[in-house]
Amino acid sequence: MKHIKTVNKPTLQKTLKTGGCGECQASCQSACKTSCTVGNQVCEK
Amino acid sequence: MTNTKEKIHKFRQGDDFVLVDVNSGAVHLVDEMIYDIMDTFDGANDEAVIAKLSGKYDKAELSECMDELRQLIDEQMLFAPDIDVPPVFAQHGLVKSLCLMVAHDCNLRCKYCFGGTGEYSGVRQLMSAETGKAAVDYIINHCGARKHCEIDFFGGEPLMNMPMIKEVTEYVRQREKETGKQFKLTLTTNGLLLNEENRKWLNDNNISLVLSLDGRKEVHDNMRPDAGGNGTYDRCVANFKKMVDSRDGKDYFLRGTYTAENLDFTKDVMSMADEGFDVLSVEPVVLKDSPFGITEEHLPQIFAEYDKLTEEYLKRRAEGKGFFFFHFNMDLSNGPCVAKRLAGCGAGHEYFAVAANGDLYPCHQFVGRDGYKLGTVWTDVENKELPKKFRNAHVLNKEKCSNCWARFYCSGGCHANADLFHGDIYQPYEIGCELQKKRLECAIYVQAVMAREKEEA
Ligand code: SF4
Repeated sequence: MKHIKTVNKPTLQKTLKTGGCGECQASCQSACKTSCTVGNQVCEK
Repeated sequence: MTNTKEKIHKFRQGDDFVLVDVNSGAVHLVDEMIYDIMDTFDGANDEAVIAKLSGKYDKAELSECMDELRQLIDEQMLFAPDIDVPPVFAQHGLVKSLCLMVAHDCNLRCKYCFGGTGEYSGVRQLMSAETGKAAVDYIINHCGARKHCEIDFFGGEPLMNMPMIKEVTEYVRQREKETGKQFKLTLTTNGLLLNEENRKWLNDNNISLVLSLDGRKEVHDNMRPDAGGNGTYDRCVANFKKMVDSRDGKDYFLRGTYTAENLDFTKDVMSMADEGFDVLSVEPVVLKDSPFGITEEHLPQIFAEYDKLTEEYLKRRAEGKGFFFFHFNMDLSNGPCVAKRLAGCGAGHEYFAVAANGDLYPCHQFVGRDGYKLGTVWTDVENKELPKKFRNAHVLNKEKCSNCWARFYCSGGCHANADLFHGDIYQPYEIGCELQKKRLECAIYVQAVMAREKEEA
């Protein structure tokens, strides 16, 4: 494509069926801890 | 059902134009023409787009752009279908993480401390080893088939209760053998008590560390004095350096807080990097009615500061002096599943805090707050409505979040902050939202730039 460069291969829609294993780390959002937002995480599967 | 406007987000960063498709997570770097087209384009209204933009762009080129956009639509990378609560998002959460408030006591007097210098609206108190062990059993009994469990030794200052931490850790390792579970143990410390003995023990026992430092010496000394009012920067940095060196730079990160007093916090991040630390996080303080708190008037300056930090971050990286900055970390292709994005931090349904006396709360911030006691580690959850309420407080159920572009990155913000500002966990704290969205734009941009570089290399 000339005008668009897609930089990732997103999987969000796929994980509607597959996710939920719950093995990933907890992600506290509060400043006094790490405010590790979910968006900053990786899937552990 | 969201309309096409709510399905995308676009922003300019540096010299680039970024287009995010919210429901797929696709990130596109686009040219200015596409950027402008997306103000109007809904997938089928080419005439309207041409009518609006033919003064600025060539008609044939506009059509070409819209054909490219339609290709993305076909591939579900633009206007992807709305996301609903998936069946894999169980009705009840399984508790697999606990934060142990091992010491409601502290040897520092940080001016912004939510714990009221370690008192947590109660008396200074240390958790007993019995309570700590009961917490370990609590996780094992409530985590179902989950293999990975987590305990965070928190305070106050947890190192003020080392004998208990040692005993509980031993118990964790014993229970791991008996049950096949794996515990990740983390400890958050201000560093004053990180002597050689503690260092060795923390390393020998695989305890991940969160180390608190507020950046520049003057900033840190001002906000984080000891009980006698003396600055602590020099002592903390010296201890942190020894600590990090003794574990070959692994399993730690250094975190700081910025307040209204240091809105030029890029300097603090750089100061931490210049001291030789390379896993960093610096985040906004959350305070209500305080001279240190962040207010709406500060936002433009903070946004500009994040732009600056983004540039500096990329520049250092290009020079081979890069560091890991927590909020810019994002896996655009293999991020968390939808279920996790709904569960968010899990406070109150997958994650609890245990107060020194064994009381359970939705998270460490809620400890001692009226109406938020869940039960105790011995009696389990008695207020059964609370976990349901927290489980359901996800982005698809919160009015403000359900059409916010950041909903699947942010996961709805901090419940404790929502409660603090609105007395309602369903109403996100606005300043937090603004900062979150800005940080996310920077993170998405950083990741997009790195992906492009990789491809071009
Ligand atoms: S908490 Fe704020 S930034 Fe996060 S999804 Fe909700 S509205 Fe958006």
